[in-house]
Amino acid sequence: MWENVKSFASEFFVTGDPLIYGADISIVLTIIGIVFGLTYFKKWGWLWREWLTTVDHKKIGIMYILSAFLMLFRGGVDALLMRAQLAMPELNLLAPDHYNQIFTTHGVIMILFMAMPFMFGLFNVVVPLQIGARDVAYPFLNALSFWLFFFGAMLFNLSFVIGGSPDSGWLAYPPYSERMFNPGVGQDFYIWGIQISGIGSLMTGINFIVTILKMRAPGMKLMKMPMFPWSVLSSCIAIIFSFPILTATLALLFLDRYLGAHFFTLDGGGNPMMYINLIWMWGHPEVYIIVLPAFGIYSEIVSTFAKKKLFGYKSMVYAMMIISILSFLVWAHHFFTMGSGADVNAFFALTTMLIAIPTGVKVFNWLFTMFRGKITFETPMLWTLGFIVCFLVGGMTGVLLSVAPADFQFHNSYFLVAHFHNTIIGGVVFGYFAGLYYWWPKLFGFKLNERIGKWAFWFWNIGFYACFMPQYVLGLMGMTRRLVTYGWDKGWWEMNLVSTIGAGLMGIAFLFQVWQIVYSVKHLQKDETGDPWNGRTLEWSIPSPAPYYNFATLPQVSSQDEWWEEKQRREREPLSLAPPKLEPIHMPKNSGIPFVMSMFWFAAGFGFVFDWLWLTISGLVGVAVCMLVHSFNYDTDYYIPVEDIKRTEAAIRG
Amino acid sequence: MTQHDMTHPHDAETQGSLKSYTIGFLFSIVLTIIPITAVLYGWAEGMTNTIVLMTAAVLQFVVQLIYFMHLREEKKPRYNLVTLILGLIILLVIVIGSMWIMLFNMVAT
Repeated sequence: MWENVKSFASEFFVTGDPLIYGADISIVLTIIGIVFGLTYFKKWGWLWREWLTTVDHKKIGIMYILSAFLMLFRGGVDALLMRAQLAMPELNLLAPDHYNQIFTTHGVIMILFMAMPFMFGLFNVVVPLQIGARDVAYPFLNALSFWLFFFGAMLFNLSFVIGGSPDSGWLAYPPYSERMFNPGVGQDFYIWGIQISGIGSLMTGINFIVTILKMRAPGMKLMKMPMFPWSVLSSCIAIIFSFPILTATLALLFLDRYLGAHFFTLDGGGNPMMYINLIWMWGHPEVYIIVLPAFGIYSEIVSTFAKKKLFGYKSMVYAMMIISILSFLVWAHHFFTMGSGADVNAFFALTTMLIAIPTGVKVFNWLFTMFRGKITFETPMLWTLGFIVCFLVGGMTGVLLSVAPADFQFHNSYFLVAHFHNTIIGGVVFGYFAGLYYWWPKLFGFKLNERIGKWAFWFWNIGFYACFMPQYVLGLMGMTRRLVTYGWDKGWWEMNLVSTIGAGLMGIAFLFQVWQIVYSVKHLQKDETGDPWNGRTLEWSIPSPAPYYNFATLPQVSSQDEWWEEKQRREREPLSLAPPKLEPIHMPKNSGIPFVMSMFWFAAGFGFVFDWLWLTISGLVGVAVCMLVHSFNYDTDYYIPVEDIKRTEAAIRG
Repeated sequence: MTQHDMTHPHDAETQGSLKSYTIGFLFSIVLTIIPITAVLYGWAEGMTNTIVLMTAAVLQFVVQLIYFMHLREEKKPRYNLVTLILGLIILLVIVIGSMWIMLFNMVAT
């Protein structure tokens, strides 16, 4: 008996690596700490009522952003480990197979479990407030999306300590990701972690399209909508058309691994290149999915801190819509070297270069918005300026990569690695940071400390250039990506050392940000105005943090920067003090089903990974039961009486 | 949509009559039986078979859209129609693009 348990455990848990034992211990300690803390302070009921069952878009947004920060930490540690291994030639810090696992999880986590939830968090927190709505179109679905993402991400992260991590790169190219070469469970964790959270992403896409099209405040025509909801709309259009491709592709890979099918195998008529073709049909729109909302954030920030209306509103809208559609026509530039011939490569090179045009339009719009504006340099604006420089470099190296013949030289070299970090950190991460700093007062009712924020900004930026500029050169010198070590004779070590130092600076910058949050909470200076940046859009017209029903009376919109115009109107003729007429507010009720159902999905996914049929079946049955229970539940909404609204408003507005 | 009714955007919903649902159901059953019998009893072979199956599939798609998705009854702005067209375009891009890339692949062939 004991022998059986021992042999099971030695295969079930990942053993033999001190780094992982350390992680095991810290995970167990953290869980004990959390359980103890919740019990000691009697917070279990609070956690369940206020967070786990909530359908409030603001709270869901906060949970998304919190998860994204945790994942940024994990992905960041992965990155630092890789950079440490590459700091000097012939280091043995990480074994080659462990190194493979780390670059794989770094990529998956940063894109799917950091950038995506960070983005969805900002969608949730900001979009309903900006369009004058009281929640998203489908609040229950929204909660379900979050918990599916959360449990998908947990399933993926579990592979670190149980069963072993995936190790075939962030897109799991076959044939290496097939069972023949990769018999362990890591690749199955990859498939099911992404599939489960992918359902959530797709539902969020649908949810926000409906929210934006159907729930804008009275008078807000589409062309009077702020720029961020526009960017969310364009991003969600790409989500609903591209995520099904990812789901189908991974499902085919799953069939190959689980049932011995031959879609992407080397034998039996399969073709691994078809997988590469399919996955990039999702993969390329995906990078635009995450960067478009960042463009929307920059547009809001530039116009707020330059105190000017956004330059070229219409061209901005068209540029984003064109990018959203054009992103579906460029996927083959990820595999020019596959050998599809000159015609195919020329076509995809041209479409790729075309995308630079609408992107360029946007950059000029931001520059012209700043032109002759009264710019102030608070942290959100700093990140925006940092982005313009950084993204410009990344965009131009992207155009270099799009030249198909030249790509045969750049392909899979550190030049490429530097390029996509340049666009994704410079575009996406900087953008979400800018957005977080900008909307933080709206979320929590106080600003983050500016002084520490500036330290973080400069450490991030200097670290970034120190880390990635040498990588362009290394790429041209012949250093390929996913390389575990290199010899002294290559002449690469100086630049690699500089690159590692840069990565370390970014790690310190992250610590600055954590310290900034802790410091700002400790030295809390409450923002009483609800409009600390002198903003232009509707979210600044209500108190911070926003009451749970958002708007006591729905605003009437007549112009593009409604709140800015409203402030001008109030200055000209003071507001008539007739209190607005209140009506009962229709609100969705909390529900535990999203949380429970996602746990069942988690169980089913775990069952698939280890091929434990009993767990898979009971998990899927649980999912079906949850769906049935929710279908027959008609008690899903309630009205807030006018008295309650009055009391809440009086308490907030003092 | 009334002002305080914010959780359920009702106005997009359209309802069919019993008659239209019955017709739609019959159409979809017939369009399912034809390809099944065609395959089971081997009515046609090769290209003809493919054309029969494809035609039945496309007609089935149209029947679903008209009788169950109420595509014709949508009020303006016709978001559903626009989305459908965009979806079809992207579908064509996926299929034609994949065939182009894979069939002209000099390494694979």
